[in-house]
Amino acid sequence: MAAHLNRIVLGTAFFLASFLALAFMVLPIVALFVHVPLTDLLHQFTNPVVTDALIVSLKTIVVAQIAILLFGTPIAYLLASRRFPGHAVVVTLVELPIVLPPAVAGLGLIVAFGRFGLLGSTFEWLGIDVSFNQTAVVFAICLVAGPFYVRQAIASFEAVDRNLIAASRTLGASPSRTFFKVTMPLARGGLAAGEALCLARGLGEFGATIMFAGSLQGRTQTLPLAVYTQFEAQGGLTIALAISALLVVISLAILLSLKATSLWQLSRQSSLSPFARSRSV
Amino acid sequence: MATLSAEFTLPLRSFTLGLSLEVTGTVALVGPSGAGKTSVLRAVAGLVRPPTGRIALGDDVWLDSAQRLCLPPDRRRVGLVFQEYALFPHMTVRQNVAYAGEARADEYLERFRISHLANARTTELSGGERQRVALARALAREPGVLLLDEPLSALDAHTKSAVRAELRELLTDLGLPTLLVTHDFEDAASLSDHVGVIVDGELRQLASPTELVASPADTFVASFTGANLMRGRVVGRDGGVTEVELADDGHRVFSTDDATGEVGVVVYPWEVSVGRARGEDSALNVIEAPVRSIVHVGNRVRVHIGPVTAEITEASVDKLDLAVGSTAVATWKATGTRLVPLT
Repeated sequence: MAAHLNRIVLGTAFFLASFLALAFMVLPIVALFVHVPLTDLLHQFTNPVVTDALIVSLKTIVVAQIAILLFGTPIAYLLASRRFPGHAVVVTLVELPIVLPPAVAGLGLIVAFGRFGLLGSTFEWLGIDVSFNQTAVVFAICLVAGPFYVRQAIASFEAVDRNLIAASRTLGASPSRTFFKVTMPLARGGLAAGEALCLARGLGEFGATIMFAGSLQGRTQTLPLAVYTQFEAQGGLTIALAISALLVVISLAILLSLKATSLWQLSRQSSLSPFARSRSV
Repeated sequence: MATLSAEFTLPLRSFTLGLSLEVTGTVALVGPSGAGKTSVLRAVAGLVRPPTGRIALGDDVWLDSAQRLCLPPDRRRVGLVFQEYALFPHMTVRQNVAYAGEARADEYLERFRISHLANARTTELSGGERQRVALARALAREPGVLLLDEPLSALDAHTKSAVRAELRELLTDLGLPTLLVTHDFEDAASLSDHVGVIVDGELRQLASPTELVASPADTFVASFTGANLMRGRVVGRDGGVTEVELADDGHRVFSTDDATGEVGVVVYPWEVSVGRARGEDSALNVIEAPVRSIVHVGNRVRVHIGPVTAEITEASVDKLDLAVGSTAVATWKATGTRLVPLT
């Protein structure tokens, strides 16, 4: 009898805790959409503050993503396929920005690439200007969001069966044909997932950007920076809410497409995992 | 047929693999798992680089440590069939085969009777089908050497005997130098002309299957080789006993197993008794023939009489006063003769 009672109490406690946790996470999202009438939010999308920020965000995120793919994929592949002295150290260095406070990353960028930084004079000589412009925004995104892609890409490349790569070579394929025809297609799902995570993180980048690139409307003010700047400004709350709502929608879209990708991956396997099965029962 | 010659040393985790092999026809390497068998294939294919040695197919040198020469796998004419087949899961059957050679893909699909599966995903295939795709793919690259890693281990017992027969026929037809590795002596003996026993990276003995059973180099080879393997044809069945005529010398043996046609005959050496003259016991199988060899294996002795090898104690050998060339009689019960599908 006591055991039965115990189970009821415990069950109720779990249910209650879950409910509170869920409410805590959902309420802020709901509040963003209901604090002012939805039509007021929609009106803000013609406001130059919002459109400027959207354009800056889109331009910088696209350039940053290209750079991350171009430089991140090779390093991920090498770290996944080669073992060398100091391998673990390099992997840790690549992962460090994931846990590093973004403001620290921003300050690091300033003292490394800024006008008076380590490479400041080199950059000046090369004609690269990274002070308070969109190049600086791209730098900040690459440093803070890039590791999310690289880390996932290493795991994806490592998950490719070594024997398939070996088989490709014994079948007469060169290393490059093997990479493009076997390794990449098999790692593709994982790379896309990493790319989506990196995109979401890059779009929300705030700390490093405001430190290194500033928040100049139409130049370096991305969507998250505009949220903060407008919230601080007199009468800007509605604009801040409108941008926030937009970011919620974009984030949700990324999350859903990520889920769709991994589901699509799962459906190509011949057997479902026990967890996937228990969900359908 | 060109000869594959391989002589190399390769340090592995707990021992150094070192061997010297000449392969014409089919050679099987058998040994327990972890003996370094697969590493031999990987070294020949160029997937690992032995620090010292020479590997060549005829005049085509693939590895020569003295010349600092080591060709990458794609420049060695090898067809390697992996243990789990390593079919590309993101390609169809035809794409897998065409990956190795577009020109002859359809021809090989036809040859291995998998044309109807051309557009199937490799994940949808049965074990036997997967093996045929793997073989077709390896051959579509037009290799000069065929390497097979545990070709039968991924198959269930039912499929295995059929595939073994097919594979033997294929290897004969191809006429390629073939090196295969397996942990199963019976598979090795049925598929190849010569069997090498490899333990801890060392080739203990390389000989024909019959020779291995008759005169194992050491106790390990003895325990590993296990049974006598002979070929024969069923000539009759009467009263629950099947009569088989051995292919090699026409001796008749008897078994309680039921079978027809061509069969493999398996007899364990420790089930065979040895005498100097025909006795009065109930054993149906009696072979009277000259002693071909007497080999000491630990505290046991293997005596090769006619087509079979018996394993008896040293005391028995002394008591019987056996010598090579003298006539002896090997006997065993009909229940000691196992008939297996011929492969």
